[in-house]
Amino acid sequence: MKKYISYLSIGVLFGIIMTKSQAISWYRIYEMFRFDAFHMYGIIGSAVVLGVISVALIKKFSVKSTEGTPITFTTKNMSIPRYLIGGTIFGLGWAMAGACPGPIYTLLGNGYSVILVVLASALLGTFTYGLLRSKLPH
Amino acid sequence: MIEFLSQPWPWYVAGPLITLTMVLLLLAGKSFGVSDTLRTTCAIGGAGKVSDFFDFDWRSQAWNLVFVMGAIIGGFIAASWLQQPDPIPLAQATVEKLQALGIENPGEEYLPDEIFSWEGLFTLRGFIMLVVGGFLIGFGARYAGGCTSGHAISGLSNLQLPSLIAVIGFFIGGLIMTYLLLPLILTL
Repeated sequence: MKKYISYLSIGVLFGIIMTKSQAISWYRIYEMFRFDAFHMYGIIGSAVVLGVISVALIKKFSVKSTEGTPITFTTKNMSIPRYLIGGTIFGLGWAMAGACPGPIYTLLGNGYSVILVVLASALLGTFTYGLLRSKLPH
Repeated sequence: MIEFLSQPWPWYVAGPLITLTMVLLLLAGKSFGVSDTLRTTCAIGGAGKVSDFFDFDWRSQAWNLVFVMGAIIGGFIAASWLQQPDPIPLAQATVEKLQALGIENPGEEYLPDEIFSWEGLFTLRGFIMLVVGGFLIGFGARYAGGCTSGHAISGLSNLQLPSLIAVIGFFIGGLIMTYLLLPLILTL
């Protein structure tokens, strides 16, 4: 139970960050893809630079999780079509709906109930992928 | 303090805090990847009966559903107590482009009301953007094996080449949508 409270708290932190940084805004995503402002690039860029340093430090010092197990990182299997085609499809949706999954949840909390439609469609998209998976190039 | 937090947070505050989110999850023994929750939800709904992609013990992923529950609560807290009255300071070029495409008050709220409202859903452009957009997000995220959090943040932080290819894909799709398709869809 205590563990779940920590997952919930980290989620609350994430929802507040997404809202207050305006990363949940459709406008900010549109602006990003038009290269009109640095804002989103600054957010993602600084998160990645610090993320690379953090992961390297975790590996270097073999940091353990609070459960006492070593923190492990999974190496993703290499494929070009899977990531390029899948990524492009995701990008089309991201720029259209202006939200990726994190902001979809956060927007619901912000009171945009119509985002339930986006969430339901995203679930349908995930389900459809599950049905077609064996027929798609990976 | 509340007044300070209520201001929009600049990128150099938000970016490091996103890293913190990822690190906290790693320390809790989990990995940061929001779109996995869509697959888990399908599994809970019984999708494992028709595709083995959803045939797994979803309880092992329950933590992630609790995490996104937190994100919903975080959004609610920010909207209720850390709200800012000012419009989003968008680039002037973005505002002008959107006004030319028929969006009346760019930046006044987080989302364009003409599209992201129940009335907007029942317009052609609103229906396409919400329903098709959501579908592509769900389909593409699972096909690519992750979304912005899983690939752009977690994957790139771990220097994964597949994640870089996925992020390049995100941008190919995003640019095609923004420059070629949205101008058509928004003026429907």
